Amino acid sequence: MMKPVFMTYTKKDLINLAVCMVLSVLVIPSFITTEYWYTSILIPWLCLALATIGQQIVMGYTGQLALGAAGFMAAGAFAMFNLILRVPDLGFVGSLIVSGLIAAAFGILFGLPSLKVRGIYLMVATLASQFFIIWMIDKFGWFKNYDSSGIITAQDIVILGKPFTTPLAMYFVCLAVTTVLTLLAMNMARGSTGRNWMAVRDMDIAAESMGVSLLRTKVQAFAISAFYCGVAGALFAFCYLKSLEPVAFDIKLSFKILFMCILGGLGTINGAFIGAAFILLFPVLLNAIGNNVFHGAIDATIISSIEQVIFGGLMIIFMIYEPLGMAKLWENIKQKWKTKFPTMNIKNLTSSIGKKS
Amino acid sequence: MVDELLFFMEVLVGGLLAGTMYSLVALGFVLIFKASATFNFSQGAMVFFSVLAFCGFMQDFNIPFVLAFILAALLMVVVGLCTERFVLRPLMNASEDTVLMATIGLGYVLEGLAQAAWGVEVRRLDLGIGDFPVPWIADNLKLFISALDITAGVVAAIMIIGLFLLFKYTKIGLGLRAVADDAGAASSIGIPLKHIMLLVWSAAGVVALVAGCMWGARAGVQFALVDLALKALPVLIIGGFSSIPGAIIGGLIIGAVEKVLEVYIGPFFGGAIEGWAPYVLAIFFLLYRPEGLFGEKIIRRV
Repeated sequence: MMKPVFMTYTKKDLINLAVCMVLSVLVIPSFITTEYWYTSILIPWLCLALATIGQQIVMGYTGQLALGAAGFMAAGAFAMFNLILRVPDLGFVGSLIVSGLIAAAFGILFGLPSLKVRGIYLMVATLASQFFIIWMIDKFGWFKNYDSSGIITAQDIVILGKPFTTPLAMYFVCLAVTTVLTLLAMNMARGSTGRNWMAVRDMDIAAESMGVSLLRTKVQAFAISAFYCGVAGALFAFCYLKSLEPVAFDIKLSFKILFMCILGGLGTINGAFIGAAFILLFPVLLNAIGNNVFHGAIDATIISSIEQVIFGGLMIIFMIYEPLGMAKLWENIKQKWKTKFPTMNIKNLTSSIGKKS
Repeated sequence: MVDELLFFMEVLVGGLLAGTMYSLVALGFVLIFKASATFNFSQGAMVFFSVLAFCGFMQDFNIPFVLAFILAALLMVVVGLCTERFVLRPLMNASEDTVLMATIGLGYVLEGLAQAAWGVEVRRLDLGIGDFPVPWIADNLKLFISALDITAGVVAAIMIIGLFLLFKYTKIGLGLRAVADDAGAASSIGIPLKHIMLLVWSAAGVVALVAGCMWGARAGVQFALVDLALKALPVLIIGGFSSIPGAIIGGLIIGAVEKVLEVYIGPFFGGAIEGWAPYVLAIFFLLYRPEGLFGEKIIRRV
């Protein structure tokens, strides 16, 4: 274990962060100029990765099977819409935080059953949140400002008087929020909060007898998870969809986030990004193959069916061979690389130098 | 007053009969859970897959009704065989949650395959039973009850009695219960695990096909069936995951409660509370009786 330099971050983390920041702030904007990449890939990737981190917290770290991420996202998105509409003084960032908190309140409410039940039973309880929240937004006109068309246009993003409406500007908004929240999530996961989560996941009875409060830990995990999903939902609606409709947050999106979480790697933060990228990019790749190799001879519905079969198949394969997902796969590759080329490893290098002299 | 009572009765009976439809889906879950302590999340997808194949055989290949049904049932046996070989056997020693997630994946595979093979448009399924009130009952009892609902109720009753007898009184049933209790011990005294699993998954497939026919005749054969099948989950929580009578009672409760709530309380909230009422009911059951009405008490060993 490396010694933390700042909070729980080690030197390696800070280097990784710097590399990611250089890549995302300098390299990507200067090389990618087509709008398509921002509006259809990078922005939804960041938003969904953020929601997946929320799912990770409750499922990967705390071990509670939950299936209602999209419901909390909807809560966040519509809270954001109403806050900007009704409390304009709050500003964009303030509204984002408050809408996350509103989603967190729902998370606490629907996380309460987790104190009594686990596994599939909990999954059913969280499904209630999914259906209830969507229904509530749909049926009470107030949430939609009595708009009868069903689809509401999201307000423009204005931060400190400056409009953020171009794809690149929106990408930076998403990037900033995601970066801050990811760093926070890493810190929580490594600190005492995360230790408690993992203790509850690995053996809740043992954790309880060691003095970890199950009530506190589980409710906290659900609240924080819903906060992440809420913020992600708000960004998803305002930066990616640019409109608000309850249908966009149906159970299918919840399943998608579940898949991102599991395929990416349970209990890892980078897994959330890997999983989200895979689930988003794979259909793009498949469509490209359909268009370029078969020249559109295959129907689009068939391609989306094939995509579903492959996702499901991968899920089964990962469960059988690598239940910890792609993040673990990446670790394994790195490990193999290190054993194959031991000189790459600084430790071996220094010890071999020591022997020679 | 009499009219109100009659109306209430009509709503209640309609709800109870619609509930048997949920029971039919729940039955498939219970079968697999009872025999392997595995929760099969893909049951809803199996319903969709089987009935779409059935419709496909009938409408695309003009195969007669009975033959198409048999073919679809055989297809479900093949699905059961593949599931046992490629999903369950490699996951023999995995944790419950891992198997659950694998069955979610299986559900995706089945949904995708069904749509790739038979298309995505809504198909009509005509069983020759109309979805309209039976005149005889309407005249004599003044209740408007659909013939399809009654058929579904009868079919569910027959299947449940059949499966109940199978589990309780046959050697196969005894083997199934032994495997569910302790798969390792069961296989060490010579119960063929492979065959048992195959049998159970095939039976669940056929149950799915029957449930799919009933649902399909009412709402059309379409992807929404998968979401409808999700409602079997609260049914299971109320009835208990390992109880066949529980599946039917749970289904009746859910069916009746959601219809009565929808008709009497729904209008105050703009309707469509059917979508979440069963799940909220399930939460209340979870808080007070997590094992369900008929389920075995959940014991966790440390």
